[in-house]
Amino acid sequence: MKPILKIQGLKKNYQDLDGEIEALGGINLDVYEGELLSIVGPSGCGKTSLLSVLSNLEKKSSGDIQFKNHDIKIGYMLQKDALFPWRTILENCLIGLEIQHNLTEETKNRVIELLNTYGLGDFMNKYPSSLSGGMRQRVALIRTLAIDPDILFLDEPFSALDYLTRIYLSEDVYKIIKKEGKTAILVTHDLAEAVSLSDRVAVLSKRPAIVKKVYSIDIPNKSTPIENRKKKEFHAYYDQIWRDLDAHI
Amino acid sequence: MPTYSKEHQEFLKKRRRKKGVILSCQFLIILSFLLIWEIASKTGIINSFLSSSPSQVVTTFTSLLEQNNLWNHVYITVYETLISFVIASVLGFGIATLLWWFSTLAKIVDPYLTILNSLPKVALGPLIIIWIGANMNSIIFMALMISLFITIINIYNGFQSVDYYYITLLKTLNASKSQIFQKLIVPSNKNIIINCLKVNISMSLIGS
Repeated sequence: MKPILKIQGLKKNYQDLDGEIEALGGINLDVYEGELLSIVGPSGCGKTSLLSVLSNLEKKSSGDIQFKNHDIKIGYMLQKDALFPWRTILENCLIGLEIQHNLTEETKNRVIELLNTYGLGDFMNKYPSSLSGGMRQRVALIRTLAIDPDILFLDEPFSALDYLTRIYLSEDVYKIIKKEGKTAILVTHDLAEAVSLSDRVAVLSKRPAIVKKVYSIDIPNKSTPIENRKKKEFHAYYDQIWRDLDAHI
Repeated sequence: MPTYSKEHQEFLKKRRRKKGVILSCQFLIILSFLLIWEIASKTGIINSFLSSSPSQVVTTFTSLLEQNNLWNHVYITVYETLISFVIASVLGFGIATLLWWFSTLAKIVDPYLTILNSLPKVALGPLIIIWIGANMNSIIFMALMISLFITIINIYNGFQSVDYYYITLLKTLNASKSQIFQKLIVPSNKNIIINCLKVNISMSLIGS
């Protein structure tokens, strides 16, 4: 199978008055169509830098990034929802289409349908301030999906939420991504989240980060994240990745 | 027509009553102020030569109206105020936009803006009259000096204080700089811009 994204020897350095910080020290990684790949690693190892460079928010220092198509559309979901308080939920979700000059009656209706399907239809004309944190993050996902991206970058999308909300929301997000048939890269520091959601988990080393190991998560009768968490294989993977991380504070 | 519960009707009634209380209190305050002023100057508690009295103000006002063409003066002052208000607001917004757009330019002019803003413009009044002449232009220029720099500084600070996180979000959607400006910077600074306009009106009035 041909990967949708091929990363080879990717390096990223940050310049500073005090010197240079090597964030990425040569990342090699393939991402395949339709899979949910998690990237875990010790805190500050450059997980977010990787997504920033891949989505061209920041320039790479060297290495190669190859997408399957040149005009691939990336949907980027951030840690905080960043909903504009002066826009309604629907208007917030339409902003990507507006910016990419792609807002038509048809695309607008598709977004309305997404909102309806994922339980936000009643809040369409409300403002973000009237929504809970979990719902706001769900709106942020719909906003990301609105531009119909080929690949999703999820940058710790649940980490700003309380424990219960993050479990349920990650379950929802998992279902939405699978139902819409999207390829996704999830950056997280939560190993349980990574193992329960993903098809594969890539473990990064400390800075300068390289891919230390890639796990195919093979849980028999794999179902939804919450169910996966109850299986004994889940715990086996969790322990193994935990040892790989070798996180000494 | 939606039907409201008794509780909601009570709530609305309370709101209306409160509004009424506020309005009548405001009216009472100005009325008693004028009344006390008038009585105090009539009975000689305060010096009516220095502090005047409401009735004298009215008398002077009507005589000015009849003899000295007061409306013409009012008209000219309002005209000067409006002109300098419009120029200061448009120019202030424009320059703030330029500074936001070119951050290096902003760093270069920053100390000069601060100096120009802290300059005592009223003290420059005589000089301005010598430079430009004793006409309407010098008054408009004066009013402009007073309000322009503070407008630039306030609006630019507002533009600067937009959370970088929002900008990142728009960048992930491939927004251009002008799109970031239109969709984020201006709408999120709506209140600051409106406040600036309010301050500008009074600044322009002081100037003219």
